[in-house]
Amino acid sequence: MSINPHPELPVFEYVHPVSLEEASQFLANHAGEARPLCGGTDIFVRMRDGHWNDKYLVDIKALDGTQEIKFDPQNGLFIGSAVNMNRVIRDPNVISHYPLVAEAARTVASYQLRTRATIVGNICNASPAGDTIGACIVLNGRLKVHGTDGFRWVPLAGFFTGPGKTSLKPGDIVTGIELPLPPKSAAGKYIKLGRNQLSDLSIVGVTVLGYPDESLVSGYRFKIALASVAPVPLVSLKAETRLGEGPINPAVLEEAAQLAESEATPIDDVRGSARYRKSMVRNLTYKALWMVWEKIGHLVN
Amino acid sequence: MGIHRITFTVNGEYEQVDVPSNMTLLQALRDKLALTGTKNGCSAGECGACTVIMNGEPINSCMILAVECEGADILTIEGLAKDGKLDPIQETIINRGGVQCGFCTPGILMSSRALLDRNADPSDEEIREALVGNLCRCTGYLRIIDAVKDAAQRERENA
Repeated sequence: MSINPHPELPVFEYVHPVSLEEASQFLANHAGEARPLCGGTDIFVRMRDGHWNDKYLVDIKALDGTQEIKFDPQNGLFIGSAVNMNRVIRDPNVISHYPLVAEAARTVASYQLRTRATIVGNICNASPAGDTIGACIVLNGRLKVHGTDGFRWVPLAGFFTGPGKTSLKPGDIVTGIELPLPPKSAAGKYIKLGRNQLSDLSIVGVTVLGYPDESLVSGYRFKIALASVAPVPLVSLKAETRLGEGPINPAVLEEAAQLAESEATPIDDVRGSARYRKSMVRNLTYKALWMVWEKIGHLVN
Repeated sequence: MGIHRITFTVNGEYEQVDVPSNMTLLQALRDKLALTGTKNGCSAGECGACTVIMNGEPINSCMILAVECEGADILTIEGLAKDGKLDPIQETIINRGGVQCGFCTPGILMSSRALLDRNADPSDEEIREALVGNLCRCTGYLRIIDAVKDAAQRERENA
């Protein structure tokens, strides 16, 4: 088999609807052969490789709300689906209230790719390796979706149904993601293990958010999301539960990290073996928990 | 396949071109406007050889459709020198020997220019981070990083 080093994009029609209604209707009428286009950083690669062959790309970047990034303490942060990652990273409200989102986004590819790449695109692409998905999960993000019946909110829990698969239906357009204001004193950490320090896809990604929570015996709630170690972005419920059950100390953090490892079901691929990934889930979860614990551990007791 | 008429500014010149839906900005620059300084490397947004500056931000021109550039302001390597005078980053990359085969150089220069426009005094770490999407198989990067530092210093001194 010969490899074409410069594959052209296949033939398709570029569609530029002027309203969300028109866009949803078009996508619904062309189910299976049309796809919403934001940054295209995944779409163009898949099309050039021959994996995707859509007849229509529907540009949603000019549609209502997709270019917005706005914050208020009541509703939290709204990031429109067409807001590129560099805009998110330098947004003052993201820096002040959602540093975890900026930290995760900065690990994505390169600066010039982040001029195109979007948080919502990262989510909708539904790669288990998506770097910013974990932050959106632990921050309780919910997607604003416009379908043929109008708007609805879709929580991220249950959104991912398989590698590259989501619960979205034909005609659905995610116009943005809303992230509620994190609890006061919350701290987060994203640790990405790649083959090099910057720009690579993750071998393992660990996102941790922690904050004081008096409703739990331990006095703290930790949320843990893992990338590249399961068919979908993985929430480590066993580890989260364990960390709520009793006083937090290094042994408990280690136990939680082991529980996270036990929940991971990675595969062997070009970036790393399943066995290596499982070990690194334990090591990096422990490290991330420890780093978050160092920031919030003095806040109660 | 539909043909779209787009108007945009390239290196300060108003341009109007007819492009098919699947034509990238890179193809439009090279094949429609004969601006072949911008290179086609990986066609996957990884190597950075196709980097241009669009509306002030560096972008992989292989990863954006030409039709999406309606109204945009594009700067390519051909527009970096002004009135016959090289941009400081062009001068310092020559002086530092940061060019060997030269294929990556246009992209490196555009990413570096964009970095210096948003950060007049970048650290080594910030330079490396800004250039992570520009692969160079010849130089080993160190002379390129030195060139960016030199250019930043020169610009600060002349500011």
